Amino acid sequence: MYNRAVVHAHTALFAEFQADLQEFGAIFQKGTGEHMKAFLILEDGTVFAGTSIGSARDMISEIVFNTSMTGYLEVLTDPSYAGQAVVMTYPLIGNYGVTPDMESKKAWPDGYIVRELSRMPSNFRCEGSLEDFLKEQDIPGIAGIDTRALTKRLREKGTMNGMITTNEDYDLEEILPRLKEYVIGDAVSETTCRERYVLEGSGLRVALLDLGAKNNIAASLNRRGCEVTVYPADTSADEIIRSKPDGIMLSNGPGDPETNISIIEEIGKLYQTDIPIFAICLGHQLMALANGGKTYKLKYGHRGGNHPVKDLRDGRVYISSQNHGYAVDASSMDPAVAREAFVNVNDGTNEGFEYAGKKIFTVQFHPEACPGPQDSGYLFDRFVDMMKGGA
Amino acid sequence: MPRNHAIKKVLVIGSGPIVIGQAAEFDYAGTQACRSLKEEGIEVVLLNSNPATIMTDKDIADHVYIEPLTAEVVEQLIIKERPDSVLPTLGGQAALNLAMELEENGFLREHQVSLIGTTSETIRKAEDRLEFKKTMEKINEPCAASLVVETVEDGVRFAEEIGYPVVLRPAYTLGGSGGGIADNRAKLMEILENGLRLSRVGQVLVERCIAGWKEIEYEVMRDDRGNCITVCNMENIDPVGVHTGDSIVVAPSQTLGDKEYQMLRTSALNIISELNITGGCNVQYALHPETFEYCVIEVNPRVSRSSALASKATGYPIAKVAAKIALGYTLDEIRNAVTGKTYASFEPMLDYCVVKIPRLPFDKFISAKRTLTTQMKATGEVMSICDNFEGALMKAIRSLEQHADSLMSYDFSHLQRDELLDELAAVDDLRIFRIAEALRRGISYEELHTVTKIDKWFIDKLAVLVETEEKLRSCELSEELLREAKRMEFPDKVIGELTGKTERQIHDLRHEYGITAAYKMVDTCAAEFAAETPYYYSVFGSENEAVQSSGKKKVLVLGSGPIRIGQGIEFDFCSVHCTWAFAKEGYETIIVNNNPETVSTDFDIADKLYFEPLTPEDVESIVDLEKPDGAVVQFGGQTAIKLTEALMQMGVPILGTSAEDVDAAEDRELFDKILEECGIPRPNGGTVYTAGEAKEVASRLGYPVLVRPSYVLGGQGMQIAINDHDIDEFIGIINRIAQDHPILVDKYLQGKEIEVDAVCDGDEILIPGIMEHIERAGIHSGDSISVYPAQSISEKTKRTIEEYTRRLARSLHVIGLINIQFIVCGEDVYVIEVNPRSSRTVPYISKVTGIPIVLLAAKVIIGNKLKDLGYTPGLQAEADYYAVKMPVFSFEKIRGADISLGPEMKSTGECLGIAETFDEALYKAFLGAGIKLPRHKNMIITVRGEDKEEAVEIGRRFQRIGYRIFATEGTAEALKAGGVKANKVRKIEQESPNLMDLILGHKIDLVIDTPHQGADRARDGFVIRRNAIETGVNVLTAIDTARALITSLENTDIRKLTLIDIAKI
Repeated sequence: MYNRAVVHAHTALFAEFQADLQEFGAIFQKGTGEHMKAFLILEDGTVFAGTSIGSARDMISEIVFNTSMTGYLEVLTDPSYAGQAVVMTYPLIGNYGVTPDMESKKAWPDGYIVRELSRMPSNFRCEGSLEDFLKEQDIPGIAGIDTRALTKRLREKGTMNGMITTNEDYDLEEILPRLKEYVIGDAVSETTCRERYVLEGSGLRVALLDLGAKNNIAASLNRRGCEVTVYPADTSADEIIRSKPDGIMLSNGPGDPETNISIIEEIGKLYQTDIPIFAICLGHQLMALANGGKTYKLKYGHRGGNHPVKDLRDGRVYISSQNHGYAVDASSMDPAVAREAFVNVNDGTNEGFEYAGKKIFTVQFHPEACPGPQDSGYLFDRFVDMMKGGA
Repeated sequence: MPRNHAIKKVLVIGSGPIVIGQAAEFDYAGTQACRSLKEEGIEVVLLNSNPATIMTDKDIADHVYIEPLTAEVVEQLIIKERPDSVLPTLGGQAALNLAMELEENGFLREHQVSLIGTTSETIRKAEDRLEFKKTMEKINEPCAASLVVETVEDGVRFAEEIGYPVVLRPAYTLGGSGGGIADNRAKLMEILENGLRLSRVGQVLVERCIAGWKEIEYEVMRDDRGNCITVCNMENIDPVGVHTGDSIVVAPSQTLGDKEYQMLRTSALNIISELNITGGCNVQYALHPETFEYCVIEVNPRVSRSSALASKATGYPIAKVAAKIALGYTLDEIRNAVTGKTYASFEPMLDYCVVKIPRLPFDKFISAKRTLTTQMKATGEVMSICDNFEGALMKAIRSLEQHADSLMSYDFSHLQRDELLDELAAVDDLRIFRIAEALRRGISYEELHTVTKIDKWFIDKLAVLVETEEKLRSCELSEELLREAKRMEFPDKVIGELTGKTERQIHDLRHEYGITAAYKMVDTCAAEFAAETPYYYSVFGSENEAVQSSGKKKVLVLGSGPIRIGQGIEFDFCSVHCTWAFAKEGYETIIVNNNPETVSTDFDIADKLYFEPLTPEDVESIVDLEKPDGAVVQFGGQTAIKLTEALMQMGVPILGTSAEDVDAAEDRELFDKILEECGIPRPNGGTVYTAGEAKEVASRLGYPVLVRPSYVLGGQGMQIAINDHDIDEFIGIINRIAQDHPILVDKYLQGKEIEVDAVCDGDEILIPGIMEHIERAGIHSGDSISVYPAQSISEKTKRTIEEYTRRLARSLHVIGLINIQFIVCGEDVYVIEVNPRSSRTVPYISKVTGIPIVLLAAKVIIGNKLKDLGYTPGLQAEADYYAVKMPVFSFEKIRGADISLGPEMKSTGECLGIAETFDEALYKAFLGAGIKLPRHKNMIITVRGEDKEEAVEIGRRFQRIGYRIFATEGTAEALKAGGVKANKVRKIEQESPNLMDLILGHKIDLVIDTPHQGADRARDGFVIRRNAIETGVNVLTAIDTARALITSLENTDIRKLTLIDIAKI
């Protein structure tokens, strides 16, 4: 058993050891003592106290949870999270630090909520700590809270707005009305690219309408040889059609789909052409809205890498990566216009359509993965086949 | 796809006796699968030779055969029961190998029986090294450069081509038997020769050494339609080089980015699809720590230890789902029983961290090498769950019950820096404690990583714990610090030690600050959906989710922790049956246990499951919340018994036999008094504290004497001393392992050993049957062959035993179970041990007599009387068949362990032989234990002086059935003098050819080597026995066992066995 006397002899050595630890430099934070307190205030008045990570500024946003156990960086850089604060349900975040796995140029969430942020990122590709990244990106965050209790609250009451603040003297009476008022604004225009750009390729030419696209959508096509031209969200249908692409890709993106009135109109025009179209997530919702469908807000959304979707063509089930708070009401779609192609095995919600008489198919989930399972990557092949003239 | 209705009657094959590498996890999987099949209306025929399992209960299957797992038996069973299908994927490697044998010899086809759950093609592709390699190449999944060899020469040639070190993996063996890493030619030849012999098909894979890479596992499920999911991935903290069963494992992986995670996940799905597996599968990977390069190490096309761990870690019932898939269901048709909302076709998401630590048997095998290699050595494991890694690790450490409760529990402060680093280079079970010591000395993460290859993330986590130790030691114990230490699961006792306070003071301080454990639910979905199963783990500093239920009376059942030698699956059997019995009586049941391999920790056994360490503090937190009406401790082995006092202090009534009476049985003086009052004799003896006192007692009694510490399990530290020298040595050893308790010295009586389990309701007793040991007293009861009904004692003796049992049970006020061991010399009956609790033999005696004594015990604990339960008290009538329980050992797995039997238990499991004649029962028992004779008909006899006379008779009988006998000089002389032909061979220390060459020549069936008593036996014959075991030769070390074996061989034919359905008993 343990010998106390011997341990005391180590105390001096221990001081040295701590000095050594400092040399780990920026990636090594100096214990919880130096962290500011932070509070997460929900619109129902619940307050979680933890420590501040990242930026110390106050931020109001919609609070959503993501159940992925890996891929925190892809989540942080997914533009669909614009206007939201993300709770990671997995408690240990930042373990492998910051790697080059960015899905866009910057972090988008308005807040980041974790149980524990790793002080010792370890990975051969690690370029820095997540904590520093959050600071650099000016993302306010909170650590050390019971993320499971928070998740349960969101599950039971539905997605809520909330505020992360480092102000210990917060005034609930003043804050709560502001929380209730908050809505995610025109997030698409904020997340889309400013100018058109091209990913060179020698094969088919794809026009990608960037509604807040994750990098791996274009990259997935590019890897299949396609030349991908990425257009800002406000590009007119005419401009895209004039470029005579072999196919059009509509990307994912943030916010309430119904607010994108003019984009829906343009997508309606794209629908009228014979150009093959593949749409993901927000793109899928906008195509449905352009064709008389309705969208509605899910109680707490689907965000994670474990959602089973069934391909109704053959009954096969695939595990998919998902990130959406709204869904298309399948019953609102005229079956003569679009046939339901995918459903969610858990809750039966719509996960995709095939448009009748058109070379158009759309999915609610994310075949580009990153983060999450790559099982539905075959859909990009299907799109390529379609552009080549296949079904 | 709906269920295939052509499947009506299914034969499920179990995994046989518990051995290292194949343990309780298959009872868990098999039990879950059988229940899942019965739920679908399938008629289930179960075959397993292991009587200690829950799967062999008549309420689990419709027809239960506890018979040896050999092809001959399965064939006869199929002819008798006519099942339409065989499900072989739930009984580990043993069942899979059997199924392959029957498929290959055409038997299954001939009898129109289909394999379900897998195909023989799948098994071949996954298990045959050559086929596997080809398959992986076909789908571009990388394997380490490797070659399957069938000769030593080919192995050497290939190794020298790819360069040392190389890893050797024999095909079709369990727990990596016979494998290892060779870094030079001599080592290669040694391991290879052995591996070729142990492999069922004589093949060994020689492979590029990827030691030091990250070892990652994926548990994958696939249905017949091709849908696949991963249940869980796991990361071994110990990199490649240590068997995953011996590694500390964390779930989910901690140091993999999404890129690595998904890369391996996709690979695992590709592999399961290509192998066309329908059911569960485990894929093991080596991942280069600094690139994306990876290799597939191994695929197990069946449920496994890892799948049991994954099931418990996620809440996803792999075996249950695998059974449904075997019936034709697809994943999206199978409901997730945990959430009740989602389906089996989703991937569990964890919002906590799981740590598994193996339970290694080095406390039992003091002479064994502690080094961990690719050959598994662990007998069991513990799992813990927490919302942070540090906490999960701390909980797992104390769950092991190895006197460790923190990273300070093993002291390496005496080592020089260089010595410490040298020791760190070799992997053993104490490595994390050495790393902690290295961190205390300021050795850098970089250096530790270079030496151990353990990822720095894990090293940092150990450093966090070390820093917290230091803060506790040097800083004021603020509320914040106390909260932080508890968040990391520092026990109150350790915090007390570090802060100079008592455990109680810390406990009180905690409660003052409101720092108490909260319980979170394992729900498979990270709280995304509301779950229905109350499966909990504790955390500090969070919101509590466990609801204190009310209404029904509540009983707390304390489990038996990790499987270890001396406390095996039997106690899980008892815990589970006790839980079911209380549930039937209308109680709400709560199980606390930490063993992921067992049935008791399945999510639907008790009303509530707390997956927690079994220490007083951890149990108290549960008691504070649940406020149970009582606790039962008599079914969970020593683990539960040890908690009795603490529970009483918490104010929890102990149901059944009271704590004072348990103590009375263990306290020498109190017990002597009771025996005297009852007029029951026991061998003379005394209680001592020093070697001097022990020698005094011994000289008064006369040698030989039995020396043992009080309060131990499985005879740990028990030895037979024949002189003063032995006493000195044994007392020294005992004092190293158990200083606090007195030492018992008893006259050693060499009589027949008899064992009895009984239920007592306070007045009356019920004895289902009397068991007799074949080996004379002196060999631990757990290592003896046990026969029911007792064969060689008189009716009068049986009545005496019944009477003594009644007197003892009454005077100890036993309510529930009692186990008594007797020695019978002539008509004299002596009591040698009394345990007022369940024992190792309870499942066995319940099954062979058909008397459910755990159920009866639970009922009398609740207040029923035996008479009202439909039983006539007293010794029950004997059955008209014979049942033999045979111990099974795992010696070949533990390098350097002495295999000779003695008062300290060494077996890891047991099997049963049941038949209408004694000889056949015995034969079946040997067969079940893997002793399938004759083969080459050559044997070696070398016995001690006092056994020579009996050896002559035994030799003669072996000769008569055609055996050629080799013997060492003394034994050969004796045999010849008795008219038995014996070939004299030289002893090991003499020149070649000698005994060793003979053993290594592989033509020997059997070695009978009876060692001398006393300490000398450690030298004499040790090398012979070790070598024989390691070359796969059967070794018997007791003359009685040898006699039993020859008797069974003389009288039985493997092709004409009678199979007994014990569900009909």
